[in-house]
Amino acid sequence: MRFRLILPLYALLFLIFLYGPVLLMPVFSFNDNMFTTFPLKAFTFKHYAGLAYNSGMINALHNSLRVGFSVSIASTIVGLLAAIALTRYSLPGRAPITGMIMLPLVVPSVILGVALLVILRQVLDVELTLWTVGVGHLLLCVPFSMLVLVSRLEGFDRSLEEASADLGENQWMTFWRITFPLVLPGIIASLLMSFTISFDEFVLAFFLSGTEPTLPVYLFSQLRFPQRLPSTMALGSLILFVSALVIVISEILRQRGFEAAKPLRTAS
Amino acid sequence: MGQGASSESNGGAAATAAATPEHRSTARSASLPLFDRLEWLRGYLLMSPTLLLISATLVAPLAALVLISFWMQSGFDLDPTPTLRNYRYLLEPGPPTYWLKIPFPFEHPVYPILLVKSILLSLAVTFAVILTAYPMAYFLAFRVRRHKLLWLILVTVPLWTSYLLRVFAWKIVLGYNGAINSGLLSLGLIEKPLEFLLYNPVAVIITLTHAWAAFAILPIYVSLEKIDRSLLEAATDLGDGPWHRFLRVTLPLSAPGTISAALLVFIPTVGDYVTPTLVGGSGGHMVGNAIQSLFGRQNDAPLGAALSIVMMLSVTLLVCLFMWLVGFASMRRRRR
Repeated sequence: MRFRLILPLYALLFLIFLYGPVLLMPVFSFNDNMFTTFPLKAFTFKHYAGLAYNSGMINALHNSLRVGFSVSIASTIVGLLAAIALTRYSLPGRAPITGMIMLPLVVPSVILGVALLVILRQVLDVELTLWTVGVGHLLLCVPFSMLVLVSRLEGFDRSLEEASADLGENQWMTFWRITFPLVLPGIIASLLMSFTISFDEFVLAFFLSGTEPTLPVYLFSQLRFPQRLPSTMALGSLILFVSALVIVISEILRQRGFEAAKPLRTAS
Repeated sequence: MGQGASSESNGGAAATAAATPEHRSTARSASLPLFDRLEWLRGYLLMSPTLLLISATLVAPLAALVLISFWMQSGFDLDPTPTLRNYRYLLEPGPPTYWLKIPFPFEHPVYPILLVKSILLSLAVTFAVILTAYPMAYFLAFRVRRHKLLWLILVTVPLWTSYLLRVFAWKIVLGYNGAINSGLLSLGLIEKPLEFLLYNPVAVIITLTHAWAAFAILPIYVSLEKIDRSLLEAATDLGDGPWHRFLRVTLPLSAPGTISAALLVFIPTVGDYVTPTLVGGSGGHMVGNAIQSLFGRQNDAPLGAALSIVMMLSVTLLVCLFMWLVGFASMRRRRR
C-alpha cells in the first residue's frame, strides 16, 4: 500500500527537478536585481525593455530566424521524400540507410562540428556564414522530420491511395489529393520541430557561424559579462517560451492528425 | 533536385496511365523483374536528396576528419604528408602518471586521463539518469490512466527547449550568487555562500543528469508499455509479491528499453561540450573541451582530429563490450 503513494510523489519530485531550475530563469528575469539571489526584490519589466534597444541581439535574432525558417523547410522536403521512399517503396539496404540518417543523433555535436569545420575550411576553403550553420542544422533536423513523417505515412490506410489510383488518378495527383492532405499535420509538425531544433542549437552554430552569430551563440557570448546577466536571463526566458510554445502546438497538431485520419479508416 | 523529382513523377504518371488496373494487378502478382527494378529505383530516387545530404554533411566530413588526423600542423598550414605522429603523441607509452590512484603509463598523459575522466563522468551520469528515469517511466506506463498524453507532453517538452539554457539554469541554481546559496543565506542556515556547489565534476554530473533524464524516459516507457499485463497477473497468481514480480518479470522484460536508453545517454555525453564549459570549471573539463581548444586556441587541428577519433573508437569499443556482456548475461539466464 505504501508503494502506491511513493510513485506519484516521486513523479511530482521528478517534475520539480525537471522544471524547477529552468523556471528560475524567468523568475529572476522579472526581479529588480543584478544577481540571481533570493529573496526576490521588486517586479520589473526593465530587463525585457532593454532587449528592444540591443542591436546585437536583434541582429542575432534575425540570423536565427533566417536559418530556422530555411532549415525547417529544407528539412521537411528532404524528410518527406525519404519518408515516402521508406514507407511506399521496397528499398534494398533500408536498415543501413536509416541507421546512417539517424547517426547524427548519437554522434557528439562537437565531433560533427569539427568534422564539418575541417571539410569546409581545410578541404573546400569555404567562408563560414549562416549557410554553413544551416547545412549543419539540416543534418540534425532531417532525422526528426523523417521520423515524424514516417509515422504519419504509416498512420493512415494505404487503400485510400490505391483507391485513388484505381479510379484513374495518376501518381502525382494521388499525392496531391490524397497523401498530402493526410500527411499535412505531420508536415506542419516537422516544420515546427525543425525550426525549434535549429533555433535552439548551439554547438554546431558555435563552430560554423563565423562572424554572424545566431541567437544561442550571441547568448553564450554574453555569459562572460556578469553585469549583463539580467538581460541574458530575459533573453533566455523568451527563447524558452517560444520553443515551448512551438513544441506544444506541434505535439497537439500531430495528435489531432492521428485522430482526423481515424474516421476515414472506418469509412473505407 | 527539383528537376529529378518532377521527371520521376512524370515517368511514374506515364506508367500508371498506360496500365489499366487489371494490368497493374497482374504485373504486381507476377512481380516482373523489370517492374520490381523500377520500383526500387524510384524509391532510391526519392531517397537521393537525403543520401546526398548525408554523404556531403556526415560521411565526407568524418572521412576528412580521419584524413587530417594523419596530417601535421606546421604554423598556420597543414602538412599533408601522412604521419602517425598525432596518434603516437596521444598513445606513446612512458613512465606511469597516477590519477585517482589509476596508473596511466603514457608519455603525454593529459589526454588519456581526460578521456578516461570523461568516460567515468559519463558512466556516472548514465547510472544517475537510469535511476531517476526508470521510476518515472514506470509511473507513466503502469499508474497513469487518464491524461496520459498530457503527462507525456509534460515530460518531453523540456527536451525541445534549448540545451544551452537548461545548462545555464544550473549556473543560476548552483552559483556563488545563485539560488541555493542566497536561499540558504536568507534563511540563516549558512554564514557565507558555499563555494563547492559549482565548477566541479559533481556539478557536471547533476547538470547532465538533468539534461538527459527526460530523454531516457521514452525508450524505457515504451518497453514497459509493451509488457503483456497477463504475465504480471500470472506472476501474482503464482504467489509473487509486488517486489518479486518486479524483479523477476517487469525488470527483465524492460531491459531492452533500459539498455538502449543507457546507450543513448552514454554515447553523446562522453563528448559533451556545453556542460563542462559552463558548470565544470577547470576540474570538470572533459574531452570535448580539449577537442574544441585544439581546433581553436591551440591551433592543432590534426591532433584534435586524432583525439576525436580515439574518443569515438573508445566509446564504440566500450559499447560493443557492454553489448557483448549483456548478451552473454541474458544467454546465461536463458540457459538456467
